[in-house]
Amino acid sequence: MPENFEPKILAFFCNWCTYTAADLAGVSRMKYEPTTRVVRVMCSGRVDPQFVLDAFAHGADGVLIGGCHPGDCHYVEGNYKLLRRFRMLRRLVASLGIEPERLRMEWISASEGERLQKVVNEMTAQIKLLGPLELPERFREWDTELHEETFDKEREVVASGQ
Amino acid sequence: MDDKTIGNGSEEVRIGFFICHCGSNIAGTIDVEAVADYVRTLPNVVVSSDYKYTCSVAGQDMIVEDILKYKLNRVVVAACSPLLHEKTFRAATQRGGINPFFFHMVNIREHGSWVHQDRALATQKAMDMARGAIARVKFHKALEKRREPVRQSVLVVGGGIAGIHAALTMANAGKKVYLVEREPTIGGHMAMFDKTFPTLDCAACILTPKMSEVGSHPNIVLWSYSEVTEIKGYVGNYDVTVKRKPRYIKEDLCVGCLDCIDHCVFKTGNTDDEFNQNLSKRKPVYIPFAQAVPRLVAIDPAACTHLNGGKCEQSCATACDRQAIDFEQKETFEHIGVGAVIVATGFKPFDAHRKPLYGYGRFPDVYTALEVERLVCSSGPTGGDVVLKDGSKPKSVGIIHCVGSRDHQTNRWCSRVCCMYSLKLAHLLKEHTDAEIYNFYIDIRTPGKGYEEFYERLQEEGNHFIRGRVGDITDVPIIPEEEGRMIVRVEDSLAGFVRRIPVDMVVLATGLEPREDASEIRRRFNISCSSEGFFLERHPKLAPVSTTTDGVFLAGCCQGPKDIPDTVAQAGAAAAESLVLLDVGYVEMEPMTAFVTEKYCSGCKTCLPLCPFSAISRDEEKGVAVINPVLCKGCGTCVAACPSGAITQNLFEDRQIFAEIEELLVHA
Amino acid sequence: MGNKPKIAFYWCSSCGGCEESLVDMAEAIVELSTQIEIVLWPVAADFKKKDIEAMADGEIVATMLNGAIRTSEQEEMARLLRRKSQILIAYGSCAYTGGIPGLSNQFPREQLLKYVYHDAPSVVNPEGQDPQTEFHDAGRVATLPIFSEVVRSLDQVVDVDYYIPGCAPNPELVLDAIHALLSGNLPSKGTVLAPDIALCEHCPRLKTKPADIAIDEFKRPHQHLIDPNVCMLVQGFACLGPATRSGCGGACLKANMPCTGCFGPMSNVRDQGAKALCALASIVAGTTNEEIDSALDGIPDPVGTFYRYGLAKSMLRRKVNMEPTLSK
Repeated sequence: MPENFEPKILAFFCNWCTYTAADLAGVSRMKYEPTTRVVRVMCSGRVDPQFVLDAFAHGADGVLIGGCHPGDCHYVEGNYKLLRRFRMLRRLVASLGIEPERLRMEWISASEGERLQKVVNEMTAQIKLLGPLELPERFREWDTELHEETFDKEREVVASGQ
Repeated sequence: MDDKTIGNGSEEVRIGFFICHCGSNIAGTIDVEAVADYVRTLPNVVVSSDYKYTCSVAGQDMIVEDILKYKLNRVVVAACSPLLHEKTFRAATQRGGINPFFFHMVNIREHGSWVHQDRALATQKAMDMARGAIARVKFHKALEKRREPVRQSVLVVGGGIAGIHAALTMANAGKKVYLVEREPTIGGHMAMFDKTFPTLDCAACILTPKMSEVGSHPNIVLWSYSEVTEIKGYVGNYDVTVKRKPRYIKEDLCVGCLDCIDHCVFKTGNTDDEFNQNLSKRKPVYIPFAQAVPRLVAIDPAACTHLNGGKCEQSCATACDRQAIDFEQKETFEHIGVGAVIVATGFKPFDAHRKPLYGYGRFPDVYTALEVERLVCSSGPTGGDVVLKDGSKPKSVGIIHCVGSRDHQTNRWCSRVCCMYSLKLAHLLKEHTDAEIYNFYIDIRTPGKGYEEFYERLQEEGNHFIRGRVGDITDVPIIPEEEGRMIVRVEDSLAGFVRRIPVDMVVLATGLEPREDASEIRRRFNISCSSEGFFLERHPKLAPVSTTTDGVFLAGCCQGPKDIPDTVAQAGAAAAESLVLLDVGYVEMEPMTAFVTEKYCSGCKTCLPLCPFSAISRDEEKGVAVINPVLCKGCGTCVAACPSGAITQNLFEDRQIFAEIEELLVHA
Repeated sequence: MGNKPKIAFYWCSSCGGCEESLVDMAEAIVELSTQIEIVLWPVAADFKKKDIEAMADGEIVATMLNGAIRTSEQEEMARLLRRKSQILIAYGSCAYTGGIPGLSNQFPREQLLKYVYHDAPSVVNPEGQDPQTEFHDAGRVATLPIFSEVVRSLDQVVDVDYYIPGCAPNPELVLDAIHALLSGNLPSKGTVLAPDIALCEHCPRLKTKPADIAIDEFKRPHQHLIDPNVCMLVQGFACLGPATRSGCGGACLKANMPCTGCFGPMSNVRDQGAKALCALASIVAGTTNEEIDSALDGIPDPVGTFYRYGLAKSMLRRKVNMEPTLSK
């Protein structure tokens, strides 16, 4: 593990609860780890499992999804729909060898700035223990077994009639 | 797709990036110049600059000028939260001559400088976030806000002083008001008070004229003994269902002569009188109090013999010469359409049983403050005679402050009104009984006009003030003077020792809590709660009566403990906000709705069960899903679930989010 | 003969089903043979690699290559055919998205070799021999291709012009593609040559799917009787039809089996498995973890269910933490 490993956590926060909680944490000057990169969505129900996998594939060490508490969704029940796909997604991600701690879903309401701080710090600490996921680097490593140099020095030259 | 020509056409994407110092709020932690320098190197970025206060007029003008000067067609601002200034900068973008949705905002203050300390890491994060925005804004499209007309009526939920004042304000402005109150009468808690602090006005004298005005106002439809059961729609166009519980009285026939009450087979009350805090009894057919509005009796189905299947001669019905009593009445539902909603559902007094050491329910002469309000009131259960349960007058009274407030075992918050009402009750009790009055307080909080002066007056009147949280109330005497009395045990933190004060009567200054069903109400109106359970305002300072749901406003103690003047002021503010909405006459709908691209839709029906607003239907002829943009609220749940990628959400398109994700993760 | 466009067919890591689908063109293939010259088709005729090597770059008009890429030999042939062809078509699910062989991206190479050469019940290997890439015997060297760690789709190795999906592709799609080739009427590069719309579009069972569907329980098709007229999802079978491109004619559903997704995603979808998972899980009943999990328990193998044909080309490509890993 590299020294001073600073995990990158891609966070999807719903506009009405968790994003607002993060704003509240800011207004209240609650300090937490600078590890999150937040994508604002209107509702956690917008979070497509493709986004989560894309984040991992592009170098996220963890993905955090924050939504409203059950029953509190600004859109009535978007968070339940997220919950259903999240329950399946975490099984899938686990079967593909990504530690479950790297994918986290939390209900954080607009008034829970403190909870947001705690969740980010906790997740950062957990991922620091796990070390980097570094999928882009792994993809590159996997592809070192290809033989472009041996078999094909001019791979891109034949432009297939285009 | 060619990076250079993404967007609404084939024009080259030209992005302007503006980063705000916010004085030292951002620049104190983030190296804004370094971020600006970095962003300047990113593709499509034409200009990148930093400014002291970007939200200022000069800052906005800079954006407008740069749009013109550099022929920008995209703008990214890194500053505070978009929830604060997104509108400001969208407007500036529009003033520069481009569609306001060619704008994106990066939150580097609330999510950056204010929560991080390491300058290098906070700067790194700001760079990452800026890069994400730059990548996403390339894919933004021009969007138009849709306008919808606003219905010229308002729903006020709750008929306490907050609801009454809001309803009257709206009605006097010429708007149609539906006031829905759960109890048989409006008036709320204020109607139960004897006097109001610090002026000692008679509560009924100032409240009941307003109540009658509500009852007779041509613009107000008052539905008491009713509850809102469902609310659908959106700002300006809410569809509301109101359940009208049966009061077993034909409202249009009852004139409030109260003959039925006199003729009830029960000659005296047979059930606890809630209005008098259960200190007296009332009959099954009753009116909550003399000045109740509407002046209509109600029959309590729990107490009425006939309604419980018992044998009763129904003398109340025969006594009514207007045949207004109708035992067959069933609950009915009213359906109304309103433009705005004011939620004024009030509070619940703290349940004193939760502090068992104070003996409430165990010692007969331990009262809550609201009970004492009724006791000192001349229309109360004793006609204003303050007497103990044994009929004697108390010679000394202890008032315990902060019961269920400022207490980590119960509620942490200060209920704001208890100090003042305790002082008021101290004054009234002294006036009525000439007893020695002991106030046991933690701090005396009197922040209001004339409040501190009132406190001084009480001190001059010879009341005792003992600083200390009371440990318990005991009836075990250790000296003869304590025999047969209650002893308040308290550490006097000014004197520095534990005292035992024998008293005949104890008043518990119970705090204010959210109502038991606050959570249910909150869900019904789609608003949020703060962690203690009071309804959450949109912004604690700048939008104190708005909620996160447009067109739903808050008034009174449902938002947090407050006294009558503050409640009335807030109710007026909620009415003013509603009036703005109604008088503008239209609402602009955010364009972030979803739409189906027909050629990609297989009609698989995956999206149909997902929309909580029933905005998605199926065109059976074409075999595709159709989203009604008027009903769509833009959550994006269907977009995520569409297995064909056939649904797009404006401003949250897949390609925008993918671009954002992927660029956020590239380390600058 | 010399003026007819040269076409090549080749197979890599595949089962042979794709070859069958070519044969399934039946009379049409005879008709075609008058218009094209087949220069390579190992399953049907004896062409030599050196003949291809001798060709000029771009001399072959089009190559249809089926099978995933798993060995050094397959990679070499893919690169060779890429060079020699104007148009390279990934033919069938394996070449398109890795296919069934891609599922072995859940296991390390050593584990696979150990199973196949030692542990499988049918193996007889008394000396415990492992395959070697080189074998020296009396001065001669016999070689075998290197079996790589990772299974790849064709476009993860070389540039691909078009894709024909399916396990195996439908003969009509192949004919359409060849006719388009011959007429020069080709869509833009990268196009998947199958309708860009999900299988549900023409599914006769769709009308039985209610608008308020909520799945209480997923069932496995081999454990239950399947009603031939009712939507598979209504019956609780994980049918990937909503998330899968059409073009197969609903072959599995006609045989009363749920769609397993072999035609891959629609063009607006980047990861078929993630989308299929999302679509199916979003309509699960229940609001608590327990209720939801109990419904999802009917899908014990999410990778095999959602990525049966697409793991190699999925966003994660492969199981991440495997011991032993390639390095680290």
